[in-house]
Amino acid sequence: MTFLDVRDLRVHFPTDDGLVRSVDGLSYRLERGKTLGIVGESGSGKSVSSLAVLGLHKRARISGEIWLDGEELVGADEEHVRGLRGKKMAMIFQDPLSAMHPYYTVGQQIVEAYRIHHRVSKAVARKHAIEMLDRVGIPQPNSRVDDYPHQFSGGMRQRAMIAMALSCDPELLIADEPTTALDVTVQAQILDLIRDLQREFGSAVVIITHDLGVVAELADDILVMYGGRCVENGPSTEIFDNPQHPYTWGLLGSMPRLDRERSERLMPIKGTPPSLINVPSGCAFHPRCAYAELVGGACGYEVPQLREVGGGHQVACHLSQEQRHRVWHTEIEPNL
Amino acid sequence: MTAPMDVPSSAPEAQPGAVLTGAGGSIQGRSLRQIAWLRLKRDRVAMAGGVVVAVLVLAALAAGVLDKLFGLIPTTAFNQDLIDPDLQIPKGAFGGISLAHPLGIEPTSGRDLLARIFAGSWISLLIAFLATMLSVVIGTLMGVVAGYFGGWVDTLISRLMDVFLAFPLLVFALALAGVVPDNAFGLSGDVLRIALLIFIIGFFNWPYIGRIIRGQTLSLREREFVDAAKSLGARQPYILFRELLPNLAAPILVYSTLLIPTNILFEAALSFLGVGVRPPTPTWGGMLSDAAHYYQIDPEFMLVPGLAIFVTVLAFNLFGDGLRDALDPRAR
Ligand SMILES: Nc1ncnc2c1ncn2[C@@H]1O[C@H](COP(=O)(O)OP(=O)(O)OP(=O)(O)O)[C@@H](O)[C@H]1O
Ligand code: SF4
Ligand SMILES: [Mg+2]
Repeated sequence: MTFLDVRDLRVHFPTDDGLVRSVDGLSYRLERGKTLGIVGESGSGKSVSSLAVLGLHKRARISGEIWLDGEELVGADEEHVRGLRGKKMAMIFQDPLSAMHPYYTVGQQIVEAYRIHHRVSKAVARKHAIEMLDRVGIPQPNSRVDDYPHQFSGGMRQRAMIAMALSCDPELLIADEPTTALDVTVQAQILDLIRDLQREFGSAVVIITHDLGVVAELADDILVMYGGRCVENGPSTEIFDNPQHPYTWGLLGSMPRLDRERSERLMPIKGTPPSLINVPSGCAFHPRCAYAELVGGACGYEVPQLREVGGGHQVACHLSQEQRHRVWHTEIEPNL
Repeated sequence: MTAPMDVPSSAPEAQPGAVLTGAGGSIQGRSLRQIAWLRLKRDRVAMAGGVVVAVLVLAALAAGVLDKLFGLIPTTAFNQDLIDPDLQIPKGAFGGISLAHPLGIEPTSGRDLLARIFAGSWISLLIAFLATMLSVVIGTLMGVVAGYFGGWVDTLISRLMDVFLAFPLLVFALALAGVVPDNAFGLSGDVLRIALLIFIIGFFNWPYIGRIIRGQTLSLREREFVDAAKSLGARQPYILFRELLPNLAAPILVYSTLLIPTNILFEAALSFLGVGVRPPTPTWGGMLSDAAHYYQIDPEFMLVPGLAIFVTVLAFNLFGDGLRDALDPRAR
């Protein structure tokens, strides 16, 4: 049985300007001990879809199914889902400074997180907090445990945030852009940490990012999101070696690489992310897509469905397999 | 365990230490409570108000103890020898000011004014404090619940606030104080009157702070640490009282110091209108009311309780304003 099984998830926000379709028919599966990378531009619905898994939306219309360890979460009893949070599933937030309470010490916050699910004394929980801080690589955890979040550096704060999220051994860990706020070396350290902890705890991990590079080594599978939908997904190796969607090509092309000058980047994606209130008809990517002419008109009015292209690899694009291969091998790959 | 006054909720991103520079010394680890204190210390007017408030509170406490427990304050010494038997006003200039009676004596009765002002202070302050607390507790609770839960809960509480705000409070107070008998709810005498005043003043004023707290909560609940706490399985009461409430401490504190003087005035007004604490127990408003009969022949009698009220209210207002400025980084 699949550990996390998201089926046709839709998260819509009614607003004064209209219905915001932040997530519109997203499906994915994730097994224990595996890592899924969700990649997409800002506003593609990555955070919204993850918050939906945790059941943290207040004013959203949610439909579809979210099965966690055989349990349906959409429409489940609110108090029951609360009990799952922290213990069964937890989240690392993008900006630990705003995700931690400014008036409590790091230790107090881990203690509280631990005591939600464990009936232990504060002293015992404090020991656990120090242990967790040590585990995520914070030096002198015995004294740092009494520091306030603002007294930590960015990287240390992210480590503390991870310690907090992991304090109750969650089986599913969602990391929402865990490294965006950090500089490159610290980024690598944090990603290593997440990988190590995942091996140690055997949890299922979802890593959300707008940078394919972040998940290149970490993720077993990758899901590319655009305008609230999945446009391509598959095993990590497939996505990097044999990407099939023009948007994924764009992401690969705009990926920062150490061995190249910035100016040499092949193709930054032109245009701006789509409106989620008036989503472009047909393929949501068509206003920005350089290959829509190859298809003829269909891109503008017919929504491409996800289709299997072999090896657990799915793509939603009207280009024929032959066209995609040709473009990738002749135009894109040689220039990456 | 928390430091509820560290940061005002209006500081959008609370980053202690990042607010104040150039004050010398190391910025590292300086909490916003310290920063607020530094600012307050430099605000001379607010500090003066604070000192007066502190003296008044201490005096009122002392008066309460001396008067109620030991009966040491000579509020019932009728100095008839100092009263002009024909005019019924104090002998001598300025309402009979003398070494023995530094603020003079009452016309007719001849009671010492300083003693009565002193003895009246604790009743005025006690009523104002407790009424404020009542308003703040109800207002905070209602505001937090309305702001946090939203939806029909918010609508209901907001309408309730409208109803309370539209209430003709003074008329109601006059009527209620008139109908309540001398013994009610197991209380009697001064205790009953004081409890009644606290209820009337406190219970109907909560919507003001309720609205402020509701607004603050509306924005606080969108803060990421609320989602983060939820993502770890935190229960509603924890989020409401441990996560949100500390962020509301600053507005609550400021509003309280500004509500106290309003309530002192209101208490004085009710006593002045004769529905407050009953004579012979002295209250400032009651004294003012007595003095009204004599203002043409003995204006000093009116001046004394009037000034007492004025100074107290002014001191609280100055201190409250200073506190608000000190706690709000944007108020500059
Ligand atoms: N509560 C809400 N009400 C209305 N619209 C919302 C709400 N929350 C999110 N959205 C919209 O949903 C869209 C997707 O947001 P989301 O936060 O998931 O983006 P993201 O992919 O995580 O982007 P980023 O990389 O910037 O974090 C955005 O356009 C956002 O404006
Ligand atoms: S469906 Fe058309 S517009 Fe969309 S990505 Fe494919 S070619 Fe481009
Ligand atoms: Mg996001």
